Amino acid sequence: MAKYILKRFIYMIVTVFIIATLTFFLMNLLPGSPFNEERTTNEAVQRNLEAHYHLDEPLVVQYVLYLKSIVTLDFGPSIKQPTETVNGLLGRGFPISAELGIWTILIALVSGVALGVFAALKHNGIIDYIAMTIAVLGISIPNFVLATLLIQQLAVNLGVLPAATWSSPQHMVLPIIALATGPMAIIARLTRSSMLETLTQDYIKTARAKGLSPVKIIVKHALKNALMPVVTILGTLIAGVLTGTFVIEKIFAIPGMGKYFVEGINQRDYPVIMGTTVFYSAFLVLMLFLVDIAYGILDPRIKLHKEGGR
Amino acid sequence: MIPAKKQKEETPHSTIPDEWFKPKEQNSEDAESVVRPSLSYWEDAWRRLRQNKLAMFGLIFLILLGVMAVIGPWISPHDVDTQNLPNQNQAPSFTHWFGTDELGRDVFTRTWYGARISLFVGLMAALIDFFIGVAYGGLSGYKGGRTDNIMMRIIEILYGLPYLLVVILLLVVMGPSLLTIIIALTVTGWVGMARIVRGQVLQLKHNEFVMASQSFGAKTKRIIQKNLLPNTMGPIIVQMTLTVPTAIFAEAFLSFLGLGIQSPYASWGMMANDALGVILSGDWWRLFFPAFFISATMFAFNVLGDGLQDALDPKLRR
Amino acid sequence: MEKILDIRDLHVSFKTFGGEVQAVRGVNLELYRGETLAIVGESGCGKSVTANSMMRLIPTPPGEIKDGSILFKGQDMTQLSDKEVRKIRGVDISMIFQDPMTALNPTLTVGDQLTEGLRQHRSISRKEADKQAMDMLTLVGIPNPVERMKQYPHEFSGGMRQRIVIAMALICDPELLIADEPTTALDVTIQAQILQLFQKIQKQTGVSIILITHDLGVVAKIADRIAVMYAGKVIETGTRKEIFYTPQHPYTRGLLHSVPRMDQKGEKLVPIDGTPPDLFSPPEGCPFAARCPMVMEVCTKVYPFQSELSRTHDVDCWLQDERAKKYMASTY
Repeated sequence: MAKYILKRFIYMIVTVFIIATLTFFLMNLLPGSPFNEERTTNEAVQRNLEAHYHLDEPLVVQYVLYLKSIVTLDFGPSIKQPTETVNGLLGRGFPISAELGIWTILIALVSGVALGVFAALKHNGIIDYIAMTIAVLGISIPNFVLATLLIQQLAVNLGVLPAATWSSPQHMVLPIIALATGPMAIIARLTRSSMLETLTQDYIKTARAKGLSPVKIIVKHALKNALMPVVTILGTLIAGVLTGTFVIEKIFAIPGMGKYFVEGINQRDYPVIMGTTVFYSAFLVLMLFLVDIAYGILDPRIKLHKEGGR
Repeated sequence: MIPAKKQKEETPHSTIPDEWFKPKEQNSEDAESVVRPSLSYWEDAWRRLRQNKLAMFGLIFLILLGVMAVIGPWISPHDVDTQNLPNQNQAPSFTHWFGTDELGRDVFTRTWYGARISLFVGLMAALIDFFIGVAYGGLSGYKGGRTDNIMMRIIEILYGLPYLLVVILLLVVMGPSLLTIIIALTVTGWVGMARIVRGQVLQLKHNEFVMASQSFGAKTKRIIQKNLLPNTMGPIIVQMTLTVPTAIFAEAFLSFLGLGIQSPYASWGMMANDALGVILSGDWWRLFFPAFFISATMFAFNVLGDGLQDALDPKLRR
Repeated sequence: MEKILDIRDLHVSFKTFGGEVQAVRGVNLELYRGETLAIVGESGCGKSVTANSMMRLIPTPPGEIKDGSILFKGQDMTQLSDKEVRKIRGVDISMIFQDPMTALNPTLTVGDQLTEGLRQHRSISRKEADKQAMDMLTLVGIPNPVERMKQYPHEFSGGMRQRIVIAMALICDPELLIADEPTTALDVTIQAQILQLFQKIQKQTGVSIILITHDLGVVAKIADRIAVMYAGKVIETGTRKEIFYTPQHPYTRGLLHSVPRMDQKGEKLVPIDGTPPDLFSPPEGCPFAARCPMVMEVCTKVYPFQSELSRTHDVDCWLQDERAKKYMASTY
């Protein structure tokens, strides 16, 4: 187990390092230095930047300093908002985005697993058919389309729920639905197929041959095994939800990290883009790492076969 | 089969003619004749796909969409980017079948133009993924050993990268255009295909039926047609079918963020983004048409992919 | 001897896209207390379906018991409610499946899986259940039961796992044990050990055993009686001696000739040509007719009646008919 965790941990570090390096050199490929386009930057900011990134130094030195700033979690100032630092934006935006993300994942997991198990148990029945059609629809409707449709119908036409900002539980309903539908549909489909496969396994037959009740067979013998694949895709799902927050926060005017990231992109505010990208990537890779460990804990076989995970 | 008990009543023992009890020459063809006639893999897959109503619906929708993407802008009397400010935000009518946008541009024309962009991006991404994936996965699986090991470690790391984040980063650097979108999507998109191809190659390399066919003296061409293609092409075709909606989604997503196709060209994601500005005014057609066509296209590709997955799975062959 | 199982005219079918597969087409079988009955035949002959029907383990849909009765100690298993069947499963009738690698749940400890049947059917404490489980592990020959109880299936070898599966099946002290190819997935040396274990257990507990197998070597070691199945029908039954030394059905003979035997040196192995018929549309007459070296016209037209050769030996074959014997005598 320890070896397995260590291996995953090394992968994590390598991945973050690659993303950070990629970000740095991509940004340096831009015409001119990202930090000294006179037409967009005022002098105070310019001085801040030069102080932070040592722009007069050779590229290699800049790179090392950049890596150092990542390790110390200090992403420097914003170009467009001279009074802001990237850290300040992250500090304000992250808790809100995290709240949105956690609720989304929780709701997607619970409803997706329930829908998938239900569909599998009523295999080929009308309920299965309806549930899976809903699920394919959920996968097919992009989150930003769903979000705008929800606003148009529920907020504008019917006026039952508020359309924007993040100030009360009612405000959270539409963004969470818009963001959770896709992952829910993916989880439902995966749970269903995995549950169906699990139900044909010999050990389920053994459990039936023991005279256990159907409920006990499903809860004790089938569910845990059937949910293993769901655990493995959680990492990818979290990544999807995270990128989803970019558009959802933009549409619903939620002051989260995604909003700052999108604003950063639109204004070509490079330190903000670099800082948020690295932060997002590190966060995601950490999530993937945690998911891998969770998988290792859930599946007793992992300890023997050190090759695990996906 | 009639159970033995009932037969007793229908054919009494003694009514069977004596001649029937003469020993008969065993016919060796008879011994094999009981086997069902076999359909070819593709015939069988097509037969099963046809039974899947949802998948067929998806296929027909996509064919119609493809036709409209080609002829749609032609049959419309309006240009894709001709602005007509007095005509802005008009509801669907006989002159503007899908209405107009805030610059008075014809939504009908723009919708089919968007279909071109979406289908082009989706198909190109799938095609490029296919070529890179086959080259990389094929080499990795075929070489095996140390090469395979290193190549797979690289894939594992690439797989951990957040797909859309990398795409956004690349677009910020390269600047938004149709070409850069396709490049950005394929730079990270081929990993899934490479894994599948490698898995297939590995499986085939040591497969017993390949060796068996060779030892029977089967011709190489026949081995490829009868054994290799059906067994490898199935998962690859399915993967390609499912890559298309992912790419279409990514393009729409990026265009929605303002990182995709730029004006004067039209893309569904961009049209949806523009519609967000007039969402309060009740101009429903602005959102409805791009939203409907993105969702319906992705739906069609997804159900077709699911249908193909079932139809091409050799394990499910009956 | 008491008859504990009596199967009459059992028909089981499966609905598939291609049509209805008649997997079992009128099987008659009986089993007496304390005996071992082997059901042999090629794969797809309906032997496993028959076994699963006995415990009502046919997945429905697509499978369905169409006709016939399965009397276990006088009550018809085909008529019981699901709840009543569950009270019999694992308690009166137990079942062992082919592959010990997949028959155990990989995410639960062996102890948990051993005791859950006990705790389901008997109201006993966890401690008492654990004790019985450990006794059972000792009986099937697993050392260190205390530690072994806490381990997961992947920590055991194939042979060990099959012992655990057997322990699991026996833990509620059943009267009938159905073993579906219990040794097929094991190494030859382990096979012999497991068969010995069956004999030992039968001696100790008096359990009746139905052994499903395609391996006549296994049958020769432990079966009291043998039923040979072909294309969903039992075509010949008899004691081990009758089947091995005086087989009557050409299929049974073919089966015996296609297996190497230690006691008859120098005999050539003869395979049976052809393949079993398609059960989508089974032939009208004898299903073996197309492959039978002694086929007559009648065989392709009418299914043969059962001929009783002794109190224990029955065969479904037209060669037993007087007229066939007459023609035979005139040709040779």
